Amino acid sequence: MKIAESWLREWTDPSISTEELAHQLTMAGHEVDAVSSEGLDIDGVVIAEIVTVNPHPDADKLRLCEVNDGGATVLEVVCGAPNVYAGMKTALAKVGARLPNGIKLRRSKIRGVVSNGMLCSAVELGLGEESDGILELDQSAPVGELFTTYFQLPDAVIDIDLTPNRGDCFSVLGIAREVGAFTGASVKNAAVDPYQADIKDAHPIKLFDAAACPRFVGRVIRDIDPAATTPLWMVERLRRAGLRAIYPVVDITNYVMLELGQPLHAYDFSKLSGTIGPRFARAGEKLTLLDDRDINLSDDTLIIVDDSGPIGIAGIMGGLGTAVAAGTRDIFLEAAFFAPDALAGKARSYGMHTDASLRFERGVDPCGQARAIERATELLVSIAGGVAGPTSDVVDSALLPVQKAVRLRKTRLAKLLGAEIDDSDVSRILRSLEVIIEGQDAEGWMLVPPSHRFDLAIEEDFVEEVARIYGYDRIPEVTATVQMPLTDVSEKQVSLEVVAGALVARGFQEVVSYSFIEDGLNERFTGTKSQLKLSNPISSEMSVMRASLWPGMVAIAASNIARQQDRVRIFEIGKSFHGALGAHEEVQRVACLTVGSVAPEQWGQTAANADLFDIKSDLSAMLAMAGVSAAFDFVATTHPALQPGQSASVVKDGIEVGLIGRLHPRHAKQMGIGMPVMLFEIDAAKVFAANVPTSVPISKYPAVRRDIAVLVAEQVTAGDLVSAVASVAPDLIKEVRVFDLYKGKGIEPGIKSVALGLILQETSRTLTDQDADSVMRIAIEKLKNDFAAELRE
Amino acid sequence: MQELNELVRLALADINSAADVAALDSVRVAYMGKKGELTQRLKKLGELPSAERPAAGQLINDAKQQISEQLNNRREALEAAAMEQQLIADAVDISLPGRGQQLGGRHPVMRAMSRIETIFRNAGFGIRSGPEIEDDFHNFTALNIPENHPARAMHDTFYFPNGNLLRTHTSPVQIRSMLKEGIPIRIIAPGRVYRCDSDQTHTPMFHQVEGLVIDRDISFANLKAVLHQFVEKFFERDAELRFRPSYFPFTEPSAEVDVLWEKGKWLEILGCGMVHPNVLLNAGVDPEIYTGYAFGIGIERLAMLRYGVSDLRTFFENDLRFLKQFT
Repeated sequence: MKIAESWLREWTDPSISTEELAHQLTMAGHEVDAVSSEGLDIDGVVIAEIVTVNPHPDADKLRLCEVNDGGATVLEVVCGAPNVYAGMKTALAKVGARLPNGIKLRRSKIRGVVSNGMLCSAVELGLGEESDGILELDQSAPVGELFTTYFQLPDAVIDIDLTPNRGDCFSVLGIAREVGAFTGASVKNAAVDPYQADIKDAHPIKLFDAAACPRFVGRVIRDIDPAATTPLWMVERLRRAGLRAIYPVVDITNYVMLELGQPLHAYDFSKLSGTIGPRFARAGEKLTLLDDRDINLSDDTLIIVDDSGPIGIAGIMGGLGTAVAAGTRDIFLEAAFFAPDALAGKARSYGMHTDASLRFERGVDPCGQARAIERATELLVSIAGGVAGPTSDVVDSALLPVQKAVRLRKTRLAKLLGAEIDDSDVSRILRSLEVIIEGQDAEGWMLVPPSHRFDLAIEEDFVEEVARIYGYDRIPEVTATVQMPLTDVSEKQVSLEVVAGALVARGFQEVVSYSFIEDGLNERFTGTKSQLKLSNPISSEMSVMRASLWPGMVAIAASNIARQQDRVRIFEIGKSFHGALGAHEEVQRVACLTVGSVAPEQWGQTAANADLFDIKSDLSAMLAMAGVSAAFDFVATTHPALQPGQSASVVKDGIEVGLIGRLHPRHAKQMGIGMPVMLFEIDAAKVFAANVPTSVPISKYPAVRRDIAVLVAEQVTAGDLVSAVASVAPDLIKEVRVFDLYKGKGIEPGIKSVALGLILQETSRTLTDQDADSVMRIAIEKLKNDFAAELRE
Repeated sequence: MQELNELVRLALADINSAADVAALDSVRVAYMGKKGELTQRLKKLGELPSAERPAAGQLINDAKQQISEQLNNRREALEAAAMEQQLIADAVDISLPGRGQQLGGRHPVMRAMSRIETIFRNAGFGIRSGPEIEDDFHNFTALNIPENHPARAMHDTFYFPNGNLLRTHTSPVQIRSMLKEGIPIRIIAPGRVYRCDSDQTHTPMFHQVEGLVIDRDISFANLKAVLHQFVEKFFERDAELRFRPSYFPFTEPSAEVDVLWEKGKWLEILGCGMVHPNVLLNAGVDPEIYTGYAFGIGIERLAMLRYGVSDLRTFFENDLRFLKQFT
């Protein structure tokens, strides 16, 4: 909310600078976003009266004006504005004057005639974005007075970011109360003397739904001068608050809202028919709003009706049918208290956040309606004439919010804040906030908040109020001494921090991609259609929850390749999302991608693109961190994302815990990647359920190595051969290594040679050659039986 | 004897002229080998009269000694020279880079998150996590944000058709942890959060870390202390903080915290407060007995300040040229 300092100071005037005022507002919980200066650069501009207007001898569009600036003689000034007339009061920039646009005025000849100054428009004075002619001031403006003095310039416009709980601060009055509380300065009495009715005209009001609107105040005002204009001082205050002046009735309702925080609505009295009042809309009801929009009303919308049907959405916007216009003579003014609950969310659902809805949603003072009506009447009658009927204050008191008494205990205050605040300080702070102290004893206070502070409902609310005005900065810092039991440090789950460290050591760069991806990518990368779709995505590219980290990572690889990064080694740790909404599952995953050469380009090593076995070694290293890498099997598989024949599932205890493979060239091409892309992705919880190591004695006896090479059909996997060999003497065979793989010359097509190295060792004695030979015989026999293997001599 | 002296002289000359270890070896074999000159002479000792044998033997052994010593000396000299040669030949251009894999790096946001975790873990905080697809109860209602509360509008929530949502903050982990573990509790919960907002200073996904401490006597003064210390530990420097009153439905009193950054500028870095009694009640905790504080820190914000990143969006563009700066 924007508030002009000059207006605020009319209500409370603490002797502190603008800067200090802004700082203290911020420190009291009303964060000042910006302070802008108005009229800081105006100098030498005075109020002047046009005495005569004569044509310019050499220019049709220019006039020669004799201007009285309060000096001994009149000044001759050239003016091109169409609205200049003799007797007009306006702003004169004298020779030597400074204007906000940086111009310094010099005496100059305009078409051969000397001009002793310039008559200024609002734009030239920095007071608006457009103007059609020079600024016309009120006839009461004192000739010769500095324009800046007359216009309360320079002025600061303070932009405050109000918190949603403080609806009471959406006004000059509200902020003034706060300033009074933290500075101790007195605040102008907000009470307005009732305007005595001139006429008897009234309009019937009925609370059709008193729970949603327990108070509705109205007044008829007739015979408004249709030619009346809004005085400049009001135009200017509205402008500094960010509102544009239109015509008196509208400007005055806005002005009162800004001043007192109570939104008002003016109806064209001649267009009202029958009893007016608030009720919830009925299905099928429609309304054309002030802004010409046709709205279908939903039945949870509070509306204002008369006998003709809906004439406005309560607290948000009025209807077009009963709207006032520039020439309206008779009006009906409305000031209501709508229960915040009855309006909550409505402005949002209709996409109409108005100044009124902003205030009503947060809550207005349930006792401030009549005051606003009186203030508006007073202003309207003085600005635009007219005669007012009596004020009708229709209220269902039982349904108005009740301010309950709350107990504030000294012990609670001290316990929550960790600070001792003197009782007298507490009492003073509470009084400064207009809190009524109903009682006080050794234990604490009995407190009733003022009607505008409906946010104060429980003891903690008052604790905050005391702390806020006392100053958070005065509360000490005390390190808590908490007795906490020791926390678990699991050795059965590998920390993802450690995993990340290992991947970094292996040359992987961590990335973070969005958890939502384009619909369709899940199906392309996992074969399963997305079921977790956002109702309100930012864009279609970010509309479904990812079922794999791969789509994001492949896109990252593609964009980096496009930026001339020909070697991409990345990993991500994050969740993937699966299943149907409600029965969905979030899985913590670790995924890696490599594309480009295995190692960075370097001397002494020929560049080779990473293949499946390069990334498999990275994966194996990670699996090893889970304790027993041998517990994982790689089983050839087919997968929608991966190239057939180069893809495997990682299996632990018969359960798939991950996938590894080469990105299907079709996907790579689709993403614009020409090089082979290698990927893996694992389920972190399942993979990193680590084994706590159990030590076995190291054999003192030497190990024996035996190598064999067998010829087998190509489709027999090395993994199967290794398992088969290892199984023949699990106690003796410590390790089986694949140390060579050969296909091609000298071997029949469809056959491959696999060379296996066996490490044999006994824990209780030295193995003899015979022992080793007998194990090898059994192993070879098994390979022959199981895989039709042929020993290669 | 003249003959023996001559032999020694010849041997020494041969030794000294041997150019390398192999040549020296031939010399050794020629004189001292099985069929070498001196060996032959020793063998012939038996042919001498027994009275002459000791003296002759002595002479031959002396000669042998002399040659052997010279052989060893010469060998050492030759080996030393050979090693010298080898060292010269083995010299490398040490300015060439080391071979092999280069180090990767962590993402700056993760790096900051990991740092935050370490700081709090060392202070005895447990690390907790919660689901990213949340329900209305844990994300809003239990946190004292009932339906239609104006604060909901400020959250720009991503919804799913069944009313589930992407958590808008890490605060739901407060509720889940209290319900699961009970009181006292001392935890942080880092993770991804989501808001339906995307511009220069907002990304639809970002990271927060939630803090929660509940015990019998936890006060606002404790909260001030822990956050001040945290900020100083995180940035590894003295820091001036200011606690500004603010509003969060789930804390009362509430505060926003600014840190005094360069040029006297206050930068907002986190929100915090004393846990609202309604939140404690929703988590089955008696607010009359227990009090506590909670805070929520935007990790990107801290990472930007710590690492001098000026544009939030670069964190999620994953440009390797940017990311590699954090290796």
